[in-house]
Amino acid sequence: MTHPPVSAPAPSDRPPGLGWTVGLFVTCLVDMFRPSVGFAAVKLLEDAGCRVVVPDVQTCCGQPAYNSGDRGDARRVAAQVVSAFEGFDHVVVPSGSCGGMIAHHFPDLFDDDPSMRRRAEALAGKTHELMSFLVDVLGVRRVAARYDGSVTYHDSCSGLRELGVKAQPRTLLASVDGLKLVEMANPEVCCGFGGTFCVKYPDISNAMLVDKTADIGATGAGTLLAGDLGCLMNMAGKLQRDGQAVQVRHTAEVLAGAGDIAAIGEPEAA
Amino acid sequence: MQSTAHAFKDNVEHALVDGNLQQSLALLKVGFSERRRQAVERLPEFEALRDRARDIKNHALAHLDFYLEAFEAKVTALGGHVHWAPTAQDARDIILDICREAGARTVTKSKSMIAEEIALNDHLAANGIEPVETDLGEYIIQLRREPPSHIIAPAVHLTKDQVADTFFEHHRKLGFDKRLTERSDLVAEARQVLRRRFQEADVGITGANFLVAETGSSMLVTNEGNADLGNTLPRVHVVIASIEKVIPTLEDAATLLRVLARSATGQEWSSYTTFNTGPKRPEDPDGPAHYHVVLLDNGRSGVLGTQMQDMLRCIRCGACMNHCPVYAAIGGHAYGWVYPGPIGAVLTPQLIGVEEAGNLPNASTFCGRCESVCPVRIPLPKLMRHWREREFERHLTPASVRQGLALWAFLARRPALYRRVTGIANRVLALFGRVAGRYAWLPLAGGWTRYRDFPAPQRGGTFHAQWRARGGARR
Repeated sequence: MTHPPVSAPAPSDRPPGLGWTVGLFVTCLVDMFRPSVGFAAVKLLEDAGCRVVVPDVQTCCGQPAYNSGDRGDARRVAAQVVSAFEGFDHVVVPSGSCGGMIAHHFPDLFDDDPSMRRRAEALAGKTHELMSFLVDVLGVRRVAARYDGSVTYHDSCSGLRELGVKAQPRTLLASVDGLKLVEMANPEVCCGFGGTFCVKYPDISNAMLVDKTADIGATGAGTLLAGDLGCLMNMAGKLQRDGQAVQVRHTAEVLAGAGDIAAIGEPEAA
Repeated sequence: MQSTAHAFKDNVEHALVDGNLQQSLALLKVGFSERRRQAVERLPEFEALRDRARDIKNHALAHLDFYLEAFEAKVTALGGHVHWAPTAQDARDIILDICREAGARTVTKSKSMIAEEIALNDHLAANGIEPVETDLGEYIIQLRREPPSHIIAPAVHLTKDQVADTFFEHHRKLGFDKRLTERSDLVAEARQVLRRRFQEADVGITGANFLVAETGSSMLVTNEGNADLGNTLPRVHVVIASIEKVIPTLEDAATLLRVLARSATGQEWSSYTTFNTGPKRPEDPDGPAHYHVVLLDNGRSGVLGTQMQDMLRCIRCGACMNHCPVYAAIGGHAYGWVYPGPIGAVLTPQLIGVEEAGNLPNASTFCGRCESVCPVRIPLPKLMRHWREREFERHLTPASVRQGLALWAFLARRPALYRRVTGIANRVLALFGRVAGRYAWLPLAGGWTRYRDFPAPQRGGTFHAQWRARGGARR
């Protein structure tokens, strides 16, 4: 995949994002389960010269309702997100799934409300998944981080197919000292999370997970990375249940030099 | 066929422990998708062709009445007959009448999903006419009295050993007294048996991939050539097709053929592509004396002009199910009716009701792989979501899900309250999970913890609490 050129080439002595105020949409899972992903995102954005703001008025992107057929509640939550985030230069989300919801699906929710639809479209146009924002918009190609060991990377579905996140995380991971990327078979096949799917159809979800964790195990990599906490918790939970010794982390954590904190589902040092 | 779509969860439970099925699915997971990938790689204009294919079908659907009437006029001018069947029952009656008029005792059939949709075989058999499936896969499942599990590979759920057993059981009485084990021997035996049936048949029934309005042709692709014997040997040829199969021109057919086989099997071209244009003409060396086309609506015209119309673009290539991780886990029979996989999850609620088939559009992670390979760019996840919306509107969504959503929505729209609730949950889960780092069991999370551990939150509070404590910018 090729990336568009950086919109405004920056002088080499200053980060390209200087002056931009970026609204961080933390996502409900990162907020609740793994704040370190949010702080990693903040660090990566600040290192690239952005000012990061985290609006108080954010809870969830609305996907649970949207994908359950509850369009009314999805609209009301989406309207809240639009109001909270439309004032920023850019909105960045450390998740392809929630990013895809805002950047891909929000406008459709307001089919019958032209003024809200315009606002949703404007927000959609400046909302980015974190890796895509760093590489495609800011032109970041390198990070200063070290992570010793081999890792494998799972392409989460929404980021991959709705937002074209594929090469960007690999570009950045290639710059991490000590890190060796080993591709798994079928990295683009769903892990079986699917939001509420994994608890509504646990047997099917598990069958998908069995295939995925077999592909992960076959790489021999000590670490699994991906860009969506839902998928990561799903895969981590399965790997741990089956006793597969693979550490599971969000890509942003490794890129931000936070690869030494306890992996997902592992106990933290007291 | 009798639907078991309402029992989807039971069907899934059985499918997941069916060793033969899982063995067959393991091959399917890599076979079709890899062959499609290679075929697409060899054709640089493939993505542009998908756009054209989508546009052709959209145009035909926007002018469906015009092209159907044009098709009918052409067929009639060629000496054939077009029959309009608003419902499945109408189509069954029309075909039975044609068979009776021909004095038919046996009819050969080439693979037709529409014939499955209207349960034609049972109807003919109940009226003393023996239908003989001639596509190898369809023949196998007809012997086994099973429905197809895939729209282009109807017996894909079976292993070679199962086929060997089935042939041994059924062909013994025809004088084949050896249980065969080689694939090629099995095919040769089926060919011998079927050759006799082709010669006996009074009527040949085929489906159609496309109906070409410009020429009045029905077009069919196969890899076995069975349809060509079925439509040239008997005196009567009946084509059964649904109304959305009509396209304007031969040129359009050529475009659609370029995406069809590549999407389906990764072939550039199916082995046999046949255009049937009317009955035998005086100068033709062979062909049927009588030619009928039965056009089935069965609820499709009611989809036109609705948010569901995109489903009518489908050209039945099977790529969506070949790439669907849910299909790959459970196979086609679990879906419970004629059409499995993502397109089945969209079509089935339309054709037999969302009350019966409501599980199908819900049993998807919305991973989007189906849409990404669909040759006519049907937005399958979006259509599945529309079904979920209709279920929600009609209160068909389970009460537990509705209550959970109501609670979630109440909190999600009150950020301050949401912070307090998530703050408490975060602290409790982090506290009790601190030693193991995860939970092997959690109340109300049985669906999750049956198969996986549940990661405990990091300690130190939610992101928002920590951000506030650090004095991070909030506006």
